[in-house]
Amino acid sequence: MLSVRSWRKCFWLLLAMTTNSFADWKPLTADSVHDPAAPALNLLQIPEDALSALPPDSAGNKVNWVEALRQGHINPRTNIFPETKIEVLDLDIYFDQTADLRVVRFPHRPHTEWLDCVNCHDQIFKRGRGENEFGMFSILEGEFCGQCHGAVAFPLTECDRCHSVPREEYEKIQKATTPQ
Amino acid sequence: MIRIQARRRMFLLTILAFVISTQASAEYGDVVLNQRAEKEGMRPVVFPHWFHRIRFRCKVCHSELGFEMRAGANDVTMDEITQGKFCGMCHNGTTAWAVENCDLCHTGRPGLASGIYGGHETLGPGRW
Repeated sequence: MLSVRSWRKCFWLLLAMTTNSFADWKPLTADSVHDPAAPALNLLQIPEDALSALPPDSAGNKVNWVEALRQGHINPRTNIFPETKIEVLDLDIYFDQTADLRVVRFPHRPHTEWLDCVNCHDQIFKRGRGENEFGMFSILEGEFCGQCHGAVAFPLTECDRCHSVPREEYEKIQKATTPQ
Repeated sequence: MIRIQARRRMFLLTILAFVISTQASAEYGDVVLNQRAEKEGMRPVVFPHWFHRIRFRCKVCHSELGFEMRAGANDVTMDEITQGKFCGMCHNGTTAWAVENCDLCHTGRPGLASGIYGGHETLGPGRW
């Protein structure tokens, strides 16, 4: 049983932790990359203006970009050249060499809603199951998934978003999809 | 007495955590382009990914316009932009502001190195 004092400590600690996950978009004049003396800075849109209206998230831009697109809050253009072919692929790929961690489910759908096939294939990832050997070390170095995750897509501290499938569930999926 | 001190310490720790969490930092995915800008007497360019991805999907710039995914891998010159390549595909006065508006893109703090900035949770992969 925790004492009153310990409860109080927990409260302060929790408060300290949650302040970190609040959306805290900086004005451009105080974000450390813009020069406050730049003459046209006040003409640019500030992050809070645009991002506060979108589905919230706890990391990155504090915006759930995939949901923002899916729910129609934003409708970014898919192409500039009229002849560009738009392909969305609804195919999940599982990476099961994850030691004790949950199996990684890579959903093509949200990725191809934003990206073109050639962005990943075949420069970063070869096509075909089992063709790519990579691990968290290379991802943290900015290779493979780490080209975007940790830079513009949700950061690498969000382990559970990729390592999302428990072993038992994965085995069931395997059974259901493997031809008898 | 001891209890008051402990409480004060927790209070100060909380304030410290709050200050750290609200430190000035770039928006996640902000890219600084300064391979040429400052050598040519201009402020570095700050490219905000958040602003652009509201309006365009990644593939427009990273596939149609030919921007490499890795920050620092794109050696973009003003000549190319003026000719309608890279940023110039949209920054032409029709889709977005034209190249004459130097100060709208060249807004970076002098001395910044090229690369990807921001990051609420991580500072991005080490090699950048």
